Amino acid sequence: MTNDRTPYSPEEQIKVDEFLAGATLFLGPDPEIMRDHKSAARTPLEEELLSRPIDSDALDKVRKRIVAGLDEAYEMMEQTGAAPGAKWGDLTSAVYSAGGDLVHISSGGVLAFASVLHYPVRFINKYWAQEPSVGIHDGDAFIHNDARYGNIHCTDQSIIIPVFHEGELIAWVATVVHEGENGAKEPGGMPSSSESAFDDGLRMPPFKIFERGVLRRDLLTFLQNSVREPKLQYQDLKVKYYAALRIKERVLAVIDEVGRDAFIVSMRKSLEDVEAEARRRVSLIPDGTYRVNLWSDSTLRENVLLKYPCAITIRGDQMIIDWRGAAPQFLNRAFNSTLGTSKCGMNQGILAFLWPDLPRGISVMNSIEVLTDTGSCLDPTDDAPLGQSLQGAFKAFATTQALWSKLTFSCQEKFGAIIAPWFNQINTFLFGGITQHQEFVGNVCADLNGMGGGARAYRDGEHSMAPFFAAMADIGEQEIIEEDVPFMQLISKKIKRDNQGFGKFRGGMGYEMALAAKDTPFWGFAAVSSGSKFPATPGLFGGYGCPTLPLAKIKGVNVFEQMKNSPENWQFDFERLLNEQPLPGAKYSTHHMGMALELANEGDIFMMCQGSGGGYGDVLERDPAEVMADVEAGYISSTTAREIYFCVFDADTLAVDSRATEAARNAERRARLERGRPYAEFVEDWVTEAPPQTVPYYGSWGDDNSTIHATAWAATGPIKLALPMSQMPPIMLPDPKDLAIAGLQAENEALRAAASRGDA
Amino acid sequence: MRFVPMTEYLQIDLETERWQCRRCGREIASARENYKTGLLVFDRDPREIHRPLIDPQRYEFTFSPDPQWCRIVEFYCPGCGTMVEVEYLPPGHPPTYDMEIDIDALRAQKAGLDDDAVIPLGRDLPVNFSTQAHSNWTGER
Repeated sequence: MTNDRTPYSPEEQIKVDEFLAGATLFLGPDPEIMRDHKSAARTPLEEELLSRPIDSDALDKVRKRIVAGLDEAYEMMEQTGAAPGAKWGDLTSAVYSAGGDLVHISSGGVLAFASVLHYPVRFINKYWAQEPSVGIHDGDAFIHNDARYGNIHCTDQSIIIPVFHEGELIAWVATVVHEGENGAKEPGGMPSSSESAFDDGLRMPPFKIFERGVLRRDLLTFLQNSVREPKLQYQDLKVKYYAALRIKERVLAVIDEVGRDAFIVSMRKSLEDVEAEARRRVSLIPDGTYRVNLWSDSTLRENVLLKYPCAITIRGDQMIIDWRGAAPQFLNRAFNSTLGTSKCGMNQGILAFLWPDLPRGISVMNSIEVLTDTGSCLDPTDDAPLGQSLQGAFKAFATTQALWSKLTFSCQEKFGAIIAPWFNQINTFLFGGITQHQEFVGNVCADLNGMGGGARAYRDGEHSMAPFFAAMADIGEQEIIEEDVPFMQLISKKIKRDNQGFGKFRGGMGYEMALAAKDTPFWGFAAVSSGSKFPATPGLFGGYGCPTLPLAKIKGVNVFEQMKNSPENWQFDFERLLNEQPLPGAKYSTHHMGMALELANEGDIFMMCQGSGGGYGDVLERDPAEVMADVEAGYISSTTAREIYFCVFDADTLAVDSRATEAARNAERRARLERGRPYAEFVEDWVTEAPPQTVPYYGSWGDDNSTIHATAWAATGPIKLALPMSQMPPIMLPDPKDLAIAGLQAENEALRAAASRGDA
Repeated sequence: MRFVPMTEYLQIDLETERWQCRRCGREIASARENYKTGLLVFDRDPREIHRPLIDPQRYEFTFSPDPQWCRIVEFYCPGCGTMVEVEYLPPGHPPTYDMEIDIDALRAQKAGLDDDAVIPLGRDLPVNFSTQAHSNWTGER
C-alpha cells in the first residue's frame, strides 16, 4: 500500500500542529524532552551576543555570584528544612538558562540533580508557556516531583521559578529537597512494595503552585491531603520557595551589575566551556571499550538475580555508555529506574569521581551517548512502578564508577583518584507511624549516608564516609533524632567487624544498626536494600568486594524490659546477639534487605549493617602492620588476619612475625600457581550456555546482549525465556506471600492425603 | 613511552604489543586481546573469603554470598602468583573482557611521552606516591 496523501503546505502544517497540540488528551512525559540529556544549541540571541567581544571578568563574576547564591540557598534549606533529607544535605539548588539548560548547581548536596532538573523546565517552556490557562509570569513558581517528567526519584520535590528581567524571561532557578513522605503505598516515599505506578505516591508533573507571588492554597491543600505529613508538605514548600527567591535575588543583582547581555553570555559560555573541557578530558582516555558486569540480587520483594552490564567505548572525544543487556523492567516491582534517573547515576559517577573539579552543569554530558534497551529496568516504560528506582540508578552509578579507574589508570592528567567502587546500596531503615508528639510521620534514617568509601590506589577507604551521591551529607546526631521519633538505636555507629572489602588497601567499612521502637501506639520499619546473596560492591585490580549483608530481627520480647530487668543479657554486638541468642524467649531470624513496612511491637529489634567499599589490589601486598592495626581496632578478626591476609602474629601482643608472614604469603602465591588453571581450560569447563536453572535470572548472559534471559510467570507457573528485549512479555511476579501460602497448602494437602491413607 | 601502565598489575609494552605483569615482568597476552587469556584462573567458593559471621546452621543470611548464586573468580599472574583481578560472577557466566584497548590509538596517544614519565594515581597525594610508567621490577619477588 502506498501513502498517496497530499503533503500539507507549510501553512497547513502549522494549523495541523496547532490543532493537534490543542487537542492532545494528556500531556504525559514527552520522549522528545525526556530522552535528551544534552544542552540545547545556541539560540539566535546567544549566537549574536557571542559574536561580540566578551568581557571575561564579567563572565567570571557572574559564575561566582551565581554559585555563591546557590550555596547560600543550599545553606538556607539545610538549616530550615523540616524533612530529614533536608537536614542532612539531600538537596540542591540550580540556575538555568531561559531555555532550560541547567548551568550551575550548589557545591554541596546531591550532584546527580545536575543531570535531571532540566527536564521539567523544558516541559514548562514547551507546554505551559503558551497555554492560556497556565502561562509563565513573574512571581510564578512551579512544583514537581514525578521522575517520569525528570527527577532522581519521586520522593524529591522541586520548586522552579522563572526569572524575568525587564519583562524578558532570562533564566530559571530551582530548589529541590528529598522530602521523604509523598503519600506512597508505604510511609517515607520510597516503597519497596510498590506494585504499580500508582503505588508510588504523588505524581506531580510541573504545575504552578504560586501564581504571580500568591500561593495557590487550593492546590497546596490537595497536596497536603495526599500525603501523611501535611505540615511537612507546607513547611518545606515554603523553605524551597524562599530559598529559590533568594537565588532569584542574586541572579537579578548580578544582572544589574554586569548587564543583561553579559549574563546571557556567561550562562552560555559556562555551558560551552564545560563541554569543551569534558571533551578534552575524554580525549585523554585511551580509545577502546571497557566493560563491567554487576548484579543485584533482589527486587526488594524476593531474591532474583538482575544483571547490570556496562560497556564504555571511547573514541577521541566521544564516550558511549552502553547498558544494553540489563534486566527487563518488572511491571509489579519497584526497582525500575527511568532513563533520566539512570543517567543521574551515570552523571553522579562523573561529577563525584571522574571529574570532581568540573563545574556541575548539564553540558558535562554533551560528549556522552547512552545506549539502552527500551523496556529494560534502566529504561522502563511509563507504567512501570518506580518506588525504589534508586536500585536501578545506584547500579547505573556503580557500573560507571567501577570502570573509571580502568579508563584512566594510564592517564598522566587525572582529576579524581584511582579508587575502588564505593558502596552503592541503601542500607538503613525507613520508618512510619505515630511519634511521641502524636504526629504521623514517614521517612528514612540518616544512616543511609554512612556508606563505606572505596579503597584508593595509595590508601585505605574511609569508614562510613558519605553516600556516593553527596560527599558532604551528614549521618545525623542520634540523640537529636530521638527527640523527633519514637525509636532508639541500641547499637549505633559501631563498625561491623569483618565487614570489609579486603585488599592491599582495604575498603572503608560500614557500621551496625539495631533499632527498637518505644512509647508509640503505632510504628513500623522498612528496608530497601539488596546484596544479601550477591555482594553489592566489587573490588578493583585484585581487591575483593564487600560481603553480603543480612537484615536481622529479634522479636517476641521487649528489649527495653530485658535491659531493665536483666541488663547483663544485652550485647552491643550484631554477631553476638545472633550467635549467642542471649534474650530468653526471643525469636531470631535473618532476611534479605527488602522489607515492606513491618509493624514493630515495643522492643522488637531490627538490625542491619552499612556496607563497605571495595578493596584495592592483592591482599598479599597489604602491610602487615596495617592488618594488625585493624585487628587491634576491632575492624577485622584474627581469623581474617590469618586466613585472608596471611599474617603470622602473636595472638596476645599482635606482634607480627615478619619472616613467617612473608613465608606464608609466598606459600600462598605458590598455591595460587598450583590451583589456578590456564584461562582457556578454565573457560572450557566453567562457561555455560545459559544461567543456572535454579537461579531466577534476568538479563543477558555473557557478552551477547541481544538475548535477555528471564523467568516469566504464566498461569501454569514460572517459564524460562531467552528473547530479544523487544519481544519480552511483561514480567510480573506473584506475591511472595501467595507463593508461601500455595506451598503450605500443598504441604497441608499432602499431609491430609497421607493421613487419609493411614500412613504412619 | 614504551611501557604503559594500565592497571595496578598490568602494563602494555607498545613495542611487543604484549600485556605484561608489572610485578614480575611476565608476558601475559597479546595487547590486542583480553589479558585474562594469559592468566591463571580459580573458581573460589565465596564463603572462603566472606566467611559466615553468624551461624549458617541457624540463619539463612549470614554475611556470606550464596555459592549457588555467586562465585569469586580469581585471576593470577602465571609468573609470580599476584592476584591481578577478581570478578564476582554467577556460576557459569563468562569472565568479562574488561579492557579492549585500541593499541594503535594508544601508541599515537603516548608517542612523545618519556618512559620515566610519572603517572599520578590521584590528586590528593604527594607525587612520590605516583606510579612510574615503567615498573621498577628487578626480577625478584
